[in-house]
Amino acid sequence: MIKKRLRAQKICFFLLKVAVAINGAALAIIVYFIVSRGWRAISWEFLSKPPTDSMTMGGILPCIVGTVSLCMTTILFALPIGVASAIYLNEYAGQTKLVRFIRLGINNLAGVPSIVFGLFGLAFFVIVLDMGVSILAGGLTLGIMTLPVIIGASEEALKSVPKPYREASLAMGATQWQTIRKVVLPVAFPGIITGSILGLSRAAGETAPIMYTGAVFFTPDLPSSIFDEVMALPYHIYVLATAGTNIEATRHLQYGTALVLISLIFGMNLFAIIMRAKMRKKLKG
Amino acid sequence: MKRQNIDKTVRSGFLLVALFSIVALSLIIIFLFLEGIPILEHVSLKEFLFGQYWYPTDDPADFGILPLILGSIYVTVISGMIAIPLGVMTAIYLAQIAPATVSQIVKPIVELLASMPSVVIGFFGMVVVAPFIQQLFNIPVGLNMFNASLMLAFMAVPTICSISEDAVFSVPTALKEASLALGATHFETLVRVIVPASLSGICTAIILGLSRAVGETMVVLMAAGGAAMIPTSIFDPVRPLPASIAAEMAEAPFRSEHYHALFAIGIVLFVFTFLFNLLADHISYKFRQVGEASL
Repeated sequence: MIKKRLRAQKICFFLLKVAVAINGAALAIIVYFIVSRGWRAISWEFLSKPPTDSMTMGGILPCIVGTVSLCMTTILFALPIGVASAIYLNEYAGQTKLVRFIRLGINNLAGVPSIVFGLFGLAFFVIVLDMGVSILAGGLTLGIMTLPVIIGASEEALKSVPKPYREASLAMGATQWQTIRKVVLPVAFPGIITGSILGLSRAAGETAPIMYTGAVFFTPDLPSSIFDEVMALPYHIYVLATAGTNIEATRHLQYGTALVLISLIFGMNLFAIIMRAKMRKKLKG
Repeated sequence: MKRQNIDKTVRSGFLLVALFSIVALSLIIIFLFLEGIPILEHVSLKEFLFGQYWYPTDDPADFGILPLILGSIYVTVISGMIAIPLGVMTAIYLAQIAPATVSQIVKPIVELLASMPSVVIGFFGMVVVAPFIQQLFNIPVGLNMFNASLMLAFMAVPTICSISEDAVFSVPTALKEASLALGATHFETLVRVIVPASLSGICTAIILGLSRAVGETMVVLMAAGGAAMIPTSIFDPVRPLPASIAAEMAEAPFRSEHYHALFAIGIVLFVFTFLFNLLADHISYKFRQVGEASL
């Protein structure tokens, strides 16, 4: 009897392991194809030159610059608002109706589909606020999309600051704001940055929100102000793969661009994951 | 100014900023409706939602989005059938069975899968998976509902996995120990005690994962084939809601009927995910664990 039950356990645990292996295999297969077919395209020229010959030759410099400038705008907008929201929710607010309402708003904002952010950015930033298709409009659209991630990460970081830190500071006569500024934030800072990097890496890979707000098909010039339109890595992959002048002949450029994009994003993620592991060790010790 | 007054001012300042998310969400709703509702001057709501023909550029144009809605529902359901077992099983393994060293490796893998840009997954579906399934099943096109669902599944797995893992992990150890002490095997404890105890969290995870799949754009834009017709087989090309918006916005003249129709599709999509999120929020709030007395 017990033997039979243990055999059932063995089989089911094996199935669970298969599920885990499928996930690992999926990641490995995708990365394998992108890397093995993309690395040949990577060269100094590819990274430092604009596309030429109707985007069938040349490099992707404007896309890299575009993606970086969109990300900078995103983080400059979303980080202060996200951290301040998290401070209010975690440090000041209690369990009131208003707080529940704010959280509901944040959760729903997190669930809005990326293309709907794109529609909103187009209707509001591009047209009503008259920013045109620009780094600013695209960055703000991505910023609103990233906001819930940054709020979540910052709250997590603030929560991990031990209570006695705050109590000690308050007991010495500091006000709550002084406590937050001089005691809580410095301790929570690495966690906030880690979470924000994760959020930003998501924004860097998004295509749908910037299709009609920040990114364009082709522009050979590097942006000179935040009101310029740009090329972006994710959108460039989409354009080359679906609407390029010669889709088959530019395959290696598509793989190359995808490789640059996932290297950028995985780099940010690994950095954040390693930093987080170090922090956990420190908090434990 | 006294320190206490500064403190009060600062507090109100933070409250104002915290309200920004609500403001942003409201603005999104307002602008979707502002630009989407005018389509109802041209077609009735019923014709729009249940019309079977989507020919927005014809003259006269047809604005029936039923094929698009069905496309979205089908790919979401199929991807759910793949992603739910995969995600939940991985979560259970990570939270209850895996040795620390294994979960230290698997967790980053799930996180990296989560961070994979949708355009790269769509691209992969287009150039690698499409020719593969075309040969495997001997079908005319590889860009179809099955391909898109498969790719979407791997976008939903990380969401389902990480949220369910938290739920499974947070089941009090006392429950587990009690079950083991009564002579149940580890597996029986999992199925009869731990999974039921974390069911609300797992449901929330599934809903959020599927919500992500409904709203995902680039994958269905690149790998679903893009035909706006009601599919009859799993290997038919489809054009889910997000794909229509993304593909057609460039060609829709500003504030034309087509433009308004695309915003109206945005409303439908938003309502879908909004309901999903409200449901998830409701479940996690109503059944949130208070102490150990939640069974």
